[in-house]
Order: sequence, then structure tokens, then C-alpha cells
Amino acid sequence: MHSHAETPPLEAALPRLELRGITKRFPGCLANDHVDLVLQPGEIHALLGENGAGKSTLVKMIYGVLHPDGGTLLWQGRETVVPDPAGARRLGIGMVFQHFSLFDTLTVTENIALGLDNAGPMDALATRIRTVSERYGLALDPDRHVFHLSVGERQRVEIVRCLLQDPKLLIMDEPTSVLTPQEATKLFETLRRLAAEGCTILYISHKLEEIRALCSRATVLRAGKVVGACDPRQETARGLAEMMMGAELAMPERPPQIESGKARLTVRHLSTTSDNPFATNLKDVSFEVRAGEILGIAGVAGNGQAELMAALSGEVLVADANSVVIEGVAAGLLGPRARRALGLAFVPEERLGRGAVPELSLSENALLSGYAREPLVRGGMVHFGRARAYAETIIKGFNVVAHGHRAEARSLSGGNLQKFIIGREILQRPQLLVVGQPTWGVDAGAAAAIHKALIALARSGAAVLVISQDLDELFVLSDRISVLFHGRLSDSRPTHETTVERIGLLMGGLFSTPPDEDGEIVRAV
Amino acid sequence: MSLLRLEPRGQASKTMVYATPLLAVALTLLSGFILFLAMGFDPLKALHAFFIAPITTQRGIGELIVKATPLVLCAVGLAIGFRANVWNIGAEGQLTMGAITGGGLALAFYGDGGWWLLPLMVIGGAIGGAAWAAVPAWLRLRFNASEILTSLMLNYVALLLLNYLVHGPFRDPDGFAFPESRLFESDAVMPILWAGTRVHLGGLFALLAVAGGWLLIARTFVGFQIKVIGLTPAAAGYAGFDQKRIVWLALLLSGALAGIAGMGEVAGPIGQITPSISPGYGYTAIIVAFLGRLHPVGILLAALLMALSFIGGEAAQIAMGLPKAITGVFQGMLLFFLLASDVLIRYRIRFGARRVVA
Repeated sequence: MHSHAETPPLEAALPRLELRGITKRFPGCLANDHVDLVLQPGEIHALLGENGAGKSTLVKMIYGVLHPDGGTLLWQGRETVVPDPAGARRLGIGMVFQHFSLFDTLTVTENIALGLDNAGPMDALATRIRTVSERYGLALDPDRHVFHLSVGERQRVEIVRCLLQDPKLLIMDEPTSVLTPQEATKLFETLRRLAAEGCTILYISHKLEEIRALCSRATVLRAGKVVGACDPRQETARGLAEMMMGAELAMPERPPQIESGKARLTVRHLSTTSDNPFATNLKDVSFEVRAGEILGIAGVAGNGQAELMAALSGEVLVADANSVVIEGVAAGLLGPRARRALGLAFVPEERLGRGAVPELSLSENALLSGYAREPLVRGGMVHFGRARAYAETIIKGFNVVAHGHRAEARSLSGGNLQKFIIGREILQRPQLLVVGQPTWGVDAGAAAAIHKALIALARSGAAVLVISQDLDELFVLSDRISVLFHGRLSDSRPTHETTVERIGLLMGGLFSTPPDEDGEIVRAV
Repeated sequence: MSLLRLEPRGQASKTMVYATPLLAVALTLLSGFILFLAMGFDPLKALHAFFIAPITTQRGIGELIVKATPLVLCAVGLAIGFRANVWNIGAEGQLTMGAITGGGLALAFYGDGGWWLLPLMVIGGAIGGAAWAAVPAWLRLRFNASEILTSLMLNYVALLLLNYLVHGPFRDPDGFAFPESRLFESDAVMPILWAGTRVHLGGLFALLAVAGGWLLIARTFVGFQIKVIGLTPAAAGYAGFDQKRIVWLALLLSGALAGIAGMGEVAGPIGQITPSISPGYGYTAIIVAFLGRLHPVGILLAALLMALSFIGGEAAQIAMGLPKAITGVFQGMLLFFLLASDVLIRYRIRFGARRVVA
């Protein structure tokens, strides 16, 4: 197919990868329109653009998942066709996807073995995984099953899988969205080391500050076309965002909280026990969220966020009814439907597959949770006309880019689906909204719109709880911030009295009052 | 590495999803043609005897409807469950229990029946079938036992119970110890809807089941919940749909419909309780449900087709001296071609081993 003979003297002078006039057309849209891109050996190059700008399509063509309709791709100066991802890996291209491709029922090692073309014996591979994950600070137990892992840990599997292949070009799609600031800093060190070793890194992220700190060049895509290139170190984050949007960015402003109202959600001494040996049990978690305020809960994935979300939504019932009180009603033993009736709305971390049914239309997905507080069901019969109208209201009110209410949920980009789900919950006028990872993988424009909507909801008198790993987001949104670590929740601090660094340290487990881990170790022994 | 690989096609074509049942029928006919040719029969004559001749008479069409009736009743209930990932394989047993309880009422009130007896038998049959289906429902929800195994195993229990009853308590006292019940009196027999045939009231129930099944699936909130649970259980949990309730509903409903089908057999074409009530309607209904794409209208058409394979097989045995296995062969070919084309609309075949780099 293509020769592996290389010409070492020329290699240093040639770009690692060059795209010339790459075009890709999908039914009804031109995803990439004559895109040119040059990546030099050892550079960290940012690819910027809003959701739907064509970034994913472009990198999928580099990685051989999609094939261009026109244009040429030069790999180290040689015109090359990337037949499939295996072919890309043979060339030395690795990719960490935004959506993971892992098998839940297999272990970390087994999953990584599946992605490697020459995995070798499993125990040797497990050792290699341990070595690489320690070297790059990506804590990972090779023997755990993937279904036990949090989103953050799953991403680490993907990153380690790529690093094991000693790539020449590493494509990273939103790699830091699930890391603490300290962990992200550590990853940047890794990436810088890789770049110094000559590896090219193509970096996609919506976190513009991160790009400014890390990348030496940036290419900006808008509506499938290259609209600019710059040195991100010379630009402001706002300038980069506006280059992507082609419009001015309306940053959400958080008007000062007038007064804190009554407690709409009170969690008292909430502890959970799970049959799952890898679950993070909550230990004596107490907090309250008052009318008019946004409480942010920070923490790295896998520290009990999933358990807390399930205990609040009612998908998992807790032992003591009084440990979760919604609007003054002991709700610990109530299911999701009854809690919605009390005024709870809920945005889960997983958009496709929990917050929305991928194969169903937007109007059916509007019905999914909308039935609880909107008049969409009458006498056991679905009022499809009203479900359609409700979906249209959400699409209009939250600027969801979709082909109408008939579009399947899976056809929407991550940001648009999230706008739809958040819109569906907010338009039910909840008294209490619980949101997990509101803007993970969402572009700057959509993230600003979502943040604005959440702040407006709180200021209209609802209580909002945001559980997120993105500290920048929590500092934009929250009135108070707590940190979840190993199933324990720190005391909350007013946002203006704390700093990203201090919260970052708490996320690493440095509580002022050390949790009594020792006692448990003694018991375990 | 194998020489043959299946590669996903991405999105399956919607037209093809509905065209494949027709394609499967066409391929079955083609294979039948070749099969008859190879066996030394005149293929056109044999296919005519199998598929055309049986429905050229009024009686033949009547028999077609009689055979399709229990298939539709069972398959509509099964399809609702299958849509919610509730795999009830026990329609045969539930049908048998419906025949026992419904028919048992006919025997219990033998001699002092009235207009009320038949409605009572319908209700009794429905309760019998539903009760039999409640066992796997409870086992699944209480012990997480697979309803596929439990419902299947209960089929044999129901059959043994039927055998015990017709050899004991239900046996006709004037029947010379034959293992059969009395013939039901006229108050306990399903009225004939179409004079000159054996088409009975059960046919109307089957049509009602089709209409009701469509309404449930397409229009009600329960139907929406079934859809969501079948597609994405996590989203159903998020939305607060009670999955236990849906498991109960799916099993009780399919059990009740199968029970009515069984009661309709003993109070209809058979007219008494015998050791063999069903030639496997409950199992064939599984094929019917999938052939009909789990859609009530599709099920109606699929049931007529499967009923034709039953009576066509009998007719071909008589007219051409074909072996008895011919019915099973045609049903098997039909299911095979349907599943094969289902695979092929979702995957394409690639020849040659995947390239491996050392």
C-alpha cells in the first residue's frame, strides 16, 4: 500500500503532515472545504473551532476513520492515503478521541490490547501500562474493568493506549476536560516532553487559556473553512474565541446574589454503600443549596460524583429518607419521578445514553423527562403535538442547531445536544436543578449560553447544584464551591474568597481537616 | 484471521428494514423451487399445491384464519415484551394454561351453563395465561433469573399438567378412559363468525389485539416507556420510568393474550380439552413476532404467512406425498433468510484477511 522506507536526511526538513485542499461533504453539509494544514515535527499545534466547525471531521480523516472527497495528504513529504485507523497507527499517528471507544466488560489491559496491533502477552502489557501511566502521572489500575471507571479514568485509558504506541503524531481531542488543574499541568509536561522528543501534537480543546499556555501555533476553523492562523501565545482567550465564532463573545456575568433564600435541597449525613467493590462510597456528605444560588462541587472523576448524582436523582435510593430533603420533603426513598414532581430537574453527565436516547427524535427526547412537569401526557396517551411544540420551543429558546424536532438525538453535536437537554430541564421551571458536567466538550459559544441560562435560572429563584471537574467553569458559575474527594465533601467556601490553586489542592485531597483514612486502613487490615 | 469478515455499514436503510421480510419470502420460494426440483417433483406443481391450492377454497381461507388466530394473539403480546427487552419464550405454556383454566370452567359448569359462561371462560383463560407468565416475571424481579430460561421451562410443566388433567380430573366420565374431556356444550363454544368455515370469535379477538397493540405501542405513554427501556435502559432510569412495572406489564399482557388464544382453541376448533392443543403456536409466534418486525400490522401479515405454511404443508403431504417435515423446512428457511438478510442490511461482507503488520 505504501512504503515504509524512509529518507532520514530529508525528514527533519519536511513537515510531519501536510494537508492540501482537503474537502469532505456529508449529505446536506460541507464539513471541510479545501482545508490546508501544515504540522511540523515537534510542535504542539492547536486546532480551534466551535462545535460543528469541522474539527472532528478533519482529524478523523487524518486518522483514517473518514476518507476525504478531495485534496491530498502528505505524510513526511510523501503523498499518502490513510486507509483506516490501523493504517494510521502503522504510520505513527495516534489519537485520543473525545468519545471513548472502550468495552465496558473488559479490563483496562484487555481494552488497550484491542487497540494495539501487536499487543504481546497480557502480563507484559499490564507492566508496560503501569510504567507508562506512572511516568506520565496517569494513575491507572490495568486489572480493573472499564465499567467501574469514571469518565476521567476512561480517558486516561485512551491516553495511555496512544502513548504505548510511541506515536510520531498524537491527536488529542479535549484531553484535559476531566483532569484537575494540577493533573492538567502534569499532562502538559508530558506533552511538552513528547514534543521535545520530536512528536507532533495536534491539540483540540475549548479551553483557550490552556491553548495559550501550551501551543505554539493555532489554526482556526469556522464552518468547515480555515479562517485564520495565529500564535495563541500572542492572543487573548477572548480574541481566540471571537476568531472562532466570527462574532463578539457575550461572556456570562454573574450578578451578585441579592440574598440567600430558603434551602431547596438539604443533604444531611448522606452515606452510601454499594455492592460494586469499585464504587466510591459517599461518607457523611452534608450540604444545602438555597433558592437563588449556585453551589459548585469540584473534584476529579471517580471521587463519588456518580454516586452523589445517582443519590440526588433518585436512580439509586438511599437508606435514610431524611438524608436527601427536597423542598422540605424527605425524598431519600422517592424515585426520580416523585422527585421531579417535587420540583427537581436533572442533567446527567452522560448526554447520549442517559440524558437522551440516541435513536429517538428530539420531540420524543423532549418527552423523556418533560412528561413530569409539562402537559405532554393526558389520560395515559402521549400528546405528540405538544411534545413536538415543546421540542420546538427548546430548539428555538436555546439556539439548538438541528434539523427540526424530527432529528435523532445522536445526529446532534455534543454542544447542541447539551443545549437541548439543559433547555428541556430549565423550561420545566424547576425549583431545583442538578447538573453534572454542564459544558464538557462544549464549545465556547455554547458553553457561554449554557452558563448564562444556569445563572438566570438561579437568579430567578431556583437552587442550582453544579457538579463539575472544570474549575474555570465553577469559578464562573458558583456562588459557593465545595470539593468532593474520596467520597467526602469539604466545607463550602464563597467563590470570591478562594482561588483555583486552593480548590485544586483540595481536589488532590489536602483537606484542612484530614479525613480519617487511617481508621479505615486499620479496619481493612 | 478469517477469510470472511462482517463490516458494519453504519446506518441501516429504513426501506430495507421493511423490504427484507418480502425478500426472505422470495428467497424461500426460490429455494423451495430448487429443493422440489432436486427431489424429482415438478416444482411449479409442488409450490402450487403448497402455497396456492390451500387458499383457493372458502374452507381453505377459513382454515388459514383459524390457524392465524392464536399466532396473532400470542405474537402481539410477545412483541410488546420483546420491545422492552422482556424475552418471554413461554407463550406455548401460557397458551396451554389458558386452555386449562378457560376449558376447566366449561367443564366445571357443564350442564348448567348460560350466556355468561363464555365471557367467564375468556376471563378465566386470560387469568390462567397471565398467572403462568407471572412466575417468570416474579423470578426475574426477585432473583434476577433470566425469563428466557424460566418461561421456557414452564412450557413443559404446563404440558405435563395438561396431561395429568386429561388423564385424571378432566377425563370424560363416559369416554371409555380416553385421555380427553367431554365435548363442551354449546354455551361454552366460541360462536362461528363465518358460516361454512371454522372461523370463530377468536379471530375478532386477534384483530382487537392488533388494534390495541398498535395503540399501546404508538400512542400511549406506556408504549413510549417500553420503547425507551428497550433502546436505552439508563435513560429510562434517568426519566424515572418504573422498569419493574414494565416487566410485569409485558409478561402479564403476553400471558393473558396467549391464555385467550389457548382458551379459543379448546372452545373453538377443538371443542374439548385434549392432550395436544397446539402444534407449537407459542413457539411459531416468536418467529411471527420477528417476521412482523414487532409491529402489530406486520404480525398480522406474518401470522397469515406462517398459517399458510402449516396448512400448505398438510396439503402438500396429501396431494403430492411430500414428507411431513416439509412444513418445518419451509418455516426454517423463512426464518433463516430473514435473519440472514437482517445481518446483511447492517453489515457488508469483506473477503480476505485483515492486513497485519509484524
